[in-house]
Amino acid sequence: MWDLSAHALDTARLRGAKYADMRVMHLRQRDLTTKNGQVGTLAQSESIGLGIRVLASGAWGFASTDRMTREGVSACAAQAVAIAKASAIAKRKDVVMAPEEAYIDSWQSPFRKDPFEIPLETQLALLLAADAEMRRVKGVTLTETDLQFRKIDSWFASSIGSRIHQRKMISGCGIAATAFQGEEIQKRSYPNSFGGQHALQGYELVESLELLKHAPRVAEEAVALHSAAQCPQKTGTLILGGSQLGLQIHESVGHPIELDRVLGEEANFAGTSFLTLDKLNKLRYGSDIVNVVADARLEHGPGLGSFAYDDEGVPAQCTDIIKAGEFRGYLSNRETAHLVGLKRSSGTMRTESWNRLPIIRMTNISLLPGTWRSEDLIADTDDGILMETNRSWSIDDRRYQFQFSTEIGWEIKDGKKARMLKNPSYSGITTEFWNSCDAICGADEWVLWGTPNCGKGQPMQTMGTGHGASPSRFRNINIGAAFSKS
Amino acid sequence: MSAARKRVLPRKPPARMLALPKEARHTRAELFHERELRRIIDGALLLAKSTGADETEVHVDEVDDSLTRFANNAIHQNVAEHGLTVSVRTVVDGRTARATTNRIDEDSLRGAIDASLSLAHSQPKDPHLLPVPGKQRYRKVDRFARPTAALTPDDRARAVRRACDIAIKRGQVAAGIFASGQSQTAIGNSRGLFAAYRETHAEFSVTMQEQPAASWAKANSANVRDFDPQKLAERASEKAHRATNAQELPPGRYTVILEPSAVLDIVGFLFYDFAATALADKRSCLNDRIGKQVFGKNITVVDDAYHPLQLGAPFDGEGMPRERVLLVDGGVPKNLVYSRASAKAAKKKPTGHGFALPNEYGEAPMNLVFGGGKASLEEMIASTERGLLVTRLWYIREVDPYEKVMTGMTRDGLFLVEKGKVGAAVRNFRFNQSVLEMLRNVELLGPAVRATGEEAFEMVVPAMKVRDFHFSEVTKF
Repeated sequence: MWDLSAHALDTARLRGAKYADMRVMHLRQRDLTTKNGQVGTLAQSESIGLGIRVLASGAWGFASTDRMTREGVSACAAQAVAIAKASAIAKRKDVVMAPEEAYIDSWQSPFRKDPFEIPLETQLALLLAADAEMRRVKGVTLTETDLQFRKIDSWFASSIGSRIHQRKMISGCGIAATAFQGEEIQKRSYPNSFGGQHALQGYELVESLELLKHAPRVAEEAVALHSAAQCPQKTGTLILGGSQLGLQIHESVGHPIELDRVLGEEANFAGTSFLTLDKLNKLRYGSDIVNVVADARLEHGPGLGSFAYDDEGVPAQCTDIIKAGEFRGYLSNRETAHLVGLKRSSGTMRTESWNRLPIIRMTNISLLPGTWRSEDLIADTDDGILMETNRSWSIDDRRYQFQFSTEIGWEIKDGKKARMLKNPSYSGITTEFWNSCDAICGADEWVLWGTPNCGKGQPMQTMGTGHGASPSRFRNINIGAAFSKS
Repeated sequence: MSAARKRVLPRKPPARMLALPKEARHTRAELFHERELRRIIDGALLLAKSTGADETEVHVDEVDDSLTRFANNAIHQNVAEHGLTVSVRTVVDGRTARATTNRIDEDSLRGAIDASLSLAHSQPKDPHLLPVPGKQRYRKVDRFARPTAALTPDDRARAVRRACDIAIKRGQVAAGIFASGQSQTAIGNSRGLFAAYRETHAEFSVTMQEQPAASWAKANSANVRDFDPQKLAERASEKAHRATNAQELPPGRYTVILEPSAVLDIVGFLFYDFAATALADKRSCLNDRIGKQVFGKNITVVDDAYHPLQLGAPFDGEGMPRERVLLVDGGVPKNLVYSRASAKAAKKKPTGHGFALPNEYGEAPMNLVFGGGKASLEEMIASTERGLLVTRLWYIREVDPYEKVMTGMTRDGLFLVEKGKVGAAVRNFRFNQSVLEMLRNVELLGPAVRATGEEAFEMVVPAMKVRDFHFSEVTKF
């Protein structure tokens, strides 16, 4: 592999590139699903190829190929340089990159059980058993389960001399029960909606989540929601479960801090950000207890945003994003770091595959744990609503105004969890929301949630990101607008 | 990873059948010839037969795409990709599974076949599994435009430069993409079915920012000559200028004039509701509503892969020919689309809308065409006492799956319409709107056009004037 990479980099240099980096990636994926007791998807895929990014005539070019021969990578490198020279037709200034050292390293994410070595029969038996448990509950009209495993090898080499091999093992699983009655469809999922929980782990993740144990409850709640009271429309106290808060962090902190978005590079598609450069170290993003980091290091946890090096060859780092409520940092790369006074990239360039250009991406964007316990939080709440498990999410293209709905809600009355509520939703303005946070639960309840489906870039790239969160409380929140009729 | 064989095959098929295309024959901007796709498929089918598969289906997909991306009045990303995948579905003893590889050497194909067989063997027998279909006949469609295939990075860069120059001249900032490419797909199976399709695609999208406002224009076609990037840039620029100084209006119900992209991105979420499998699973908003007056009488929807403004193959994931299906007639949902499996379960004929097997979703209409009207956008505006003109909608997600309530934001140009004239720009709203209700409240329809947005795949839809559209909250810009 290194021979091919050297050949690609040499070709780029000879064609006029001042800088080049390339990634060979080998991606393996297995997907298993069931629906209503039958096997749904049963598929495996494998893809290997090379992508090369070059800087020539002061502008970027990128080309990729699945032709893994000397001729193939030569042609690809030459094409990347030709594209960079075309980019220079419409450039405003030469690209400048922050310095970075060269690294020669090999790294593998830790896992205990290789999911590709676990017998398929065992994996399917688990899903079919969970599916059967959910179907036992009267009133359930649709049951779904899924397992997904990915093994990704990447070989990064750059013209400054880096040669980095990384291997990641990613696992994910989830179950869901849906009940259609009258004129309503209600759904419950575990451990999270839209595919469940995903992490940089092996099959041990699946075993730890005990899908069978949770299947009956999930199904019962889906049916029970039909008899539950409608979530009221009001301004009030909101407690968010950890997985929903993880998505709240993703949308209202993670995306706005992407420096490419802030600088207008995503203006046509994903949008821009309210976090203009003048707000750094000045904006009161949240209340004093709100501390958010972008941490790609493995010691943060086995998140979908954990790695040793980003796809620009920069080591994983931990960056303060919000410290004691104050806005402190962006996600940057080697091209943008200097614009916020940094001497070095914060190491957030990531690519979905060998045929996609690395772009600035969330790593693990996490709300650090507080000091509360859930039972104390509820006991301390006279009147509020607890919302759990995302059902829908939407935010404007500058990341101010958002609306989320969740699968289930619980009324909190006089310090006790009371009746179930259906169709819960809440909405608000990002900074007002985070400034209303007055309680965050502790490390015992903190989970590094995986969001496997974050879309960004053109051509679109889907990336996994991590979001550590524990249940938290927010005051004076606009609740229930999604279902209002007027 | 060359095409060289690494080991001796235990049951070696005839060499002529494994004469896979050589790299030397494949040059960039030139897709494999159909006979080469057929050779890959035949080679894989023969390999599968030698390994004991009862039946086999092979898909080959090839893309050769380029995309030039610009922001801040300059190109900042510029990419090209070539890729080919071979996907093999084997059937053994009433069980089926799929494995995919992007290598076409014999070992890799054999590896994919082995993986597919191994997956298939691991599951219980499927009593509903149908045999692969036999040979089919297909209507021809021609969606390959040489001017698109011939587009170079320099061509795209020069067009981007012209768009950026418009922005610079007016003190604005341009961002967008100019993409072009070609792709093809072929499917063959062990009962002799073979189908192949190729197309070109070109897309130009531009956002013009005049702080704090922005506006947007986008076009997409098989033929790059069907749109003019400069005109799109001019239109976005002019609209961005008008979008400055936005005023805040209270949320509530407004008459809206939705431009085609706005219509597309919200009604596009309806497509899966017309899948027979979605109804069988009771997750469609059309459960218990087929044959009823769900939408206004002025709403007619067909799925038509052969419509001149549509793109896409004339066959589905199993190689069945796509049929034109009348989905909604005069506001009444009349028909669904069916894969072979869902058709058998419902005692209907397959309509050629199935996804590649195995899957849990069944099928979906992918070429929606809404019936249009005669009202121009200007006539819709002139007939409006008070309302809002909506350029596009953004970040649309489903809030209530049965009432089909969608939430999302307006974006890139929202204008007040008063006394028949377009007036001031308005701050963007969040909407929570039932699509079913919206399509009951359509007062005027424009001519149906090929629309492109960011939330739904391209469809043929008209602009619409809709009463009582529900905006629930307002944002800060």
